[in-house]
Amino acid sequence: MNAYTEKIRELSSNLLREGKVDLVIGFKQGTVPMATVPAIARTPEEAATFVWDANCSLNLANYLTNRTEKIGIIAKGCDSRNIVNHIVENKISREQLYIIGVPCTGMVDKPSIRALFDLEITQFKEEGETLLVKTLENELKIDKQDYLRANCRTCMHRNPVIHDVLVAEPVVEQTLEDPFKDVKAIEQMDDDQRWNHFETLLDGCIRCYACRNACPLCYCPTCFVDESNPQWVGKGQDPSDVRTFHFLRAYHCAGRCTDCGACEEACPMDIRVRDFTRKLVKDSLEIYGWEAGLTLDQRPPLDTFKPDDPDAFIK
Amino acid sequence: MKVIQIDKNDWNRGIDASRKAYHLFGPVTDNNQSMFKQLAPDQYPDMEKPDTIMSPKSVLFPQTEKLLGATLDPTAENHHIMERPETDYSPRAVIGIRPYDARAVALVKLNFDTPEYRDPYWCDAYAATTFVGLAVNQPSVTDFSTAMGSGPFAEEGLDALLVDAGDLYLAKVLTPKGEAFFSAAGFDTVADTDESLEKIEQLKNKAETAMGPLAVFTDKLAQKSILDLHGAPFWEDLAFTCINCGTCTFVCPTCWCFDIQDETKGNSAARFRNWDTCMSPLFTKHGSGHNPRGEKTQRVRQRFMHKLKYFLDKYDSGTMCVGCGRCVEKCPVNIDIRQVCNKMNSYEPQK
Repeated sequence: MNAYTEKIRELSSNLLREGKVDLVIGFKQGTVPMATVPAIARTPEEAATFVWDANCSLNLANYLTNRTEKIGIIAKGCDSRNIVNHIVENKISREQLYIIGVPCTGMVDKPSIRALFDLEITQFKEEGETLLVKTLENELKIDKQDYLRANCRTCMHRNPVIHDVLVAEPVVEQTLEDPFKDVKAIEQMDDDQRWNHFETLLDGCIRCYACRNACPLCYCPTCFVDESNPQWVGKGQDPSDVRTFHFLRAYHCAGRCTDCGACEEACPMDIRVRDFTRKLVKDSLEIYGWEAGLTLDQRPPLDTFKPDDPDAFIK
Repeated sequence: MKVIQIDKNDWNRGIDASRKAYHLFGPVTDNNQSMFKQLAPDQYPDMEKPDTIMSPKSVLFPQTEKLLGATLDPTAENHHIMERPETDYSPRAVIGIRPYDARAVALVKLNFDTPEYRDPYWCDAYAATTFVGLAVNQPSVTDFSTAMGSGPFAEEGLDALLVDAGDLYLAKVLTPKGEAFFSAAGFDTVADTDESLEKIEQLKNKAETAMGPLAVFTDKLAQKSILDLHGAPFWEDLAFTCINCGTCTFVCPTCWCFDIQDETKGNSAARFRNWDTCMSPLFTKHGSGHNPRGEKTQRVRQRFMHKLKYFLDKYDSGTMCVGCGRCVEKCPVNIDIRQVCNKMNSYEPQK
């Protein structure tokens, strides 16, 4: 058992035992290699089954929306930023939360690890920053930092931005020459290339909406694609409808997206849906000097209005 | 029982020959995604990697299918009259379908081809299709088909079963449709039946042994009361974990629910059906505004109850799960139907 897991179990169990919270939200071990399960613990015994490893990729802030209990929650850097979003957007209150912060060194990119082997992975073990991955016929020791998810490679907030306790000392934040290389590569394409890029990107989309449902930002009581009276968007596989869903979903995240990567993580078809939201993350930073989910004291740029707005269109 | 042997060196030649008589569908990898698709004229089924993300159910039941069309042009004589579109139902062959997926076709048939109602779209596609299966020599860690009435070498729903025996395929010919396909492909080398059946049996035993002992139990499901299972406490925790996307239902080879939509563009009108998912809050929403499954817990429960209880009670043909393991593999939060099934099977209500 790694030190993080041990500490998470201890802190969560104590919270429940001392009655400081009604439940704790964390990850449990999955039933297949490289899988974890977001789960609730209501008793110290249940909290003792929590785990932490490089597969705890989903964003647990997703499970906080409109809850009324007093909640303990395990939060890595990106989860903590979405908790901030949730508080700012009144989906949960700070007083309801006890945040167990996890300084994070990144989550692994499962597709690229799977691509190392012809056969399916039968075992996955983590020893510090080294991953031991086995199939029926061979095994490899790989360095976790070489197989991080794309969003973890450009993450600038590995340490939780809000927490009540940390499970370990903060980790060193990354320094990056240019975190937006990927976006710039797309910006530099000509119109045809760019159209082609996004068209191919969405080729395999089956409209299961896992990207939307894994996203802590997507909490509308009824999503626009589920509206039936009136109906805004067609429900079939016509490319214009598939694109409409993805474009609108991305724009709803403008100025709010923390680039946590849950959308890509959840996609059964391994579609790189972050190609949409990344551009909005970059624009928010360049136009408004804004990174989502860093402060409780300021509203996101796209839900505020300033009477002295310098742009003429608003007057 | 006739067994044909096919030298792998002759495989592509035979596939090409069969194209003259069949539209071929098979596993292919496009854009890093393995899918069952209609093969392009120069494309061959990927027999080394036939385990696809999506099941081949779309060959008979496309995700979006046009049911009816009409013109809205008032000058046309038949304007506003909905008519069934011309669809090509000439012979198709699905190459490399896994035995569990073939069982799934047989189960879906129970729904689309009933004495009371016969879905013409599905049934016409089914009648046109020959299923040439490929046995699973090396079952995946999520394959539990042996527990669900299928298995790595099961034959239900297949017209022929190919067994990869190294340099050659041993092909069990199971139906006249299968016979016709091999004849069109020019595969006619009859193998020594006893010897090849023994070889197949060995590979089958090896595959089943690799899957280990059955760890999923369905034996008590039939005698459970629906209301007891409805009230079981485990749905709440499952529903907490579930993010309520439709991944499990879309990758499932037996999920057959659809939603009908009318669309118009200019002067053309069409009625489509699209795969639907019981995970969606809209799925059972009534015109009145009432939603019998408005809460996530109700939707999660519905999926498992339908697969593992209602279907079983209604058709007495086993569960509606064939154990392919796709939902286990693809669920973003690793909800494992094997565990749910065992919980249901062993559930005793507190008196």
